[in-house]
Amino acid sequence: MTARPNPGTPAGEPLLDCRGVSLAFGSVRALVDVSLSAREGEITAIVGDNGAGKSTLVRCVSGIHRPDSGHIEFDGAETSFHSPEDAREAGIETVHQNLALVEDLTVWQNLFLNREVVRRLGPLAVLDRRAMRARAKEMVSKLAVNVPAVRSRVRRLSGGQRQAVAICRAAGFSSRLVIMDEPTAALGVQETARVEELIRALRDEGHAVMLISHNFAQVIRLSQQVWVMRAGRCVGGRRTAGTTGEEIVALVTGALNR
Amino acid sequence: MANATLAADDREPWTSRLRDAGFWAEWAALVGLVVLVVVFQVLNPTFLSTGNIASMLLAAAILIVLAVGQTFVIATAGIDLSIASTMTLGAVVLGQAYSAPWGLPLSCLLAVVAAALAGMVNGVIIAWGRIADFIVTLGMLSAASGLALILADGKPVTIIDPALLALSTGGLGIFGWSFVIAVVVALVAHAVLFHTRFGTHLLATGGAPESARAMGISTQRVKIAVYTISGTLAGLAAILLVARIGAAEPASNTSFLLNSVAAVVLGGVSLFGGRGTIIGPVIGALLLVALVNGLTLLGVSQFYQPLAVGVVVVLAALLTRFQR
Repeated sequence: MTARPNPGTPAGEPLLDCRGVSLAFGSVRALVDVSLSAREGEITAIVGDNGAGKSTLVRCVSGIHRPDSGHIEFDGAETSFHSPEDAREAGIETVHQNLALVEDLTVWQNLFLNREVVRRLGPLAVLDRRAMRARAKEMVSKLAVNVPAVRSRVRRLSGGQRQAVAICRAAGFSSRLVIMDEPTAALGVQETARVEELIRALRDEGHAVMLISHNFAQVIRLSQQVWVMRAGRCVGGRRTAGTTGEEIVALVTGALNR
Repeated sequence: MANATLAADDREPWTSRLRDAGFWAEWAALVGLVVLVVVFQVLNPTFLSTGNIASMLLAAAILIVLAVGQTFVIATAGIDLSIASTMTLGAVVLGQAYSAPWGLPLSCLLAVVAAALAGMVNGVIIAWGRIADFIVTLGMLSAASGLALILADGKPVTIIDPALLALSTGGLGIFGWSFVIAVVVALVAHAVLFHTRFGTHLLATGGAPESARAMGISTQRVKIAVYTISGTLAGLAAILLVARIGAAEPASNTSFLLNSVAAVVLGGVSLFGGRGTIIGPVIGALLLVALVNGLTLLGVSQFYQPLAVGVVVVLAALLTRFQR
């Protein structure tokens, strides 16, 4: 094999392309000239130690932070999101680490939170509960495995089921890029396997998935592309098929540079 | 649809619900009301006479309207301690405008607007100033009753108006107009809470403000809205109050504040926000009125009534620990 024509490099433009993204909070340089990309139909993993800038980067992509400099292109167009709502409009959904679910509301209410379907009754807008429940059932059944009942309150769901609800919400509504921040950090072995199944299903549907994970075995299992961050910089990218867990660990710790 | 869990989508059967402590906790007010009615009826057969029922419903009207307003606030994990003095302010505005004389419709409108403004001030300070609800509304409790005293110069205004008289004496059978109005308010509130986007956002704001914000809900706007609603309903209650006592007094009405919170707690609304009903606090308000009315019928000294109300409310709060 020659230098490194990354094995399995796909053709075509990436869906998300970050180029030279930098962001500082006061004197803390959280992101320094970060360039990476994500493609549709692929799981793109971002790994790195705590404080490496993974979450900050994700927050830039999902519209929470605005980079000081650099470009974020989505679907070939330069973005300038002012809020997470703008990013959602564009088709970028984020599954937050805390899941952003409301425990006292039902599964279907959570799936449609702030995107409720309404019927017009003269000047009034009335919730179309029936339509939302039916659609919610479709949304959760499509992603299969241990489907929670759409009428149960989230409070009564297991950790894995909650994660599934949050992922379903991100996958619905014609999103194209789904960002997941440590989706299995709080789960047991079985539930982790189920959620990984869900993430694969998302990819197979054609979504671009961006996965932040500390679990290198999981990254190797799931992803097609790995980007490694260290101290606010993106220090390397590999096609997963052409790398090993050891190489990624070496990149993360700085034993290996590029 | 290969999943077995999907078939179990429908609610659990009611028989299994009956064995659940949580079910009883949620319906504590209804159970308490039924028990009270049976006990009082056994001890004094005039309790369930048409006349007494009519007078109880009439007496409950103001409390129901206030409790509905308080429910909106408590469902967002807040509390409106100024609700009763805002009502007093509304009543005094009504009295002053009426004796100006600007006519009853305009006077009533001004009363509601004044109370709504007081509520909105609460909401804006809480949402934008990020100050604890009970501090802000405690301040408004004092400010609104002070304003009422200033406006009225400390003196009550007697209001004799045929329309207001009809409000407190006429009605549909045993249902006085005041009670009918309270029921309409409750029905509209139920529709708003469970059949509008605002209602869902309100419950989300109360239950998990972080999550609500992450999903793009403006929790600040929700907060301002609920305190404005609470103030508006306090203004409506002011009209019912003036109709009932035939005068606009700058009195403190503290018992209405305590009872509005009590009715909401009895109604199974979580003080931590995020969950609640409208029917619960309505039944809670009826229970409190039935309790006081029954004790009076039995000839128990008035001094015992606050004690009884206090005991019932704390018992109800204990029961809510069993809520699911």
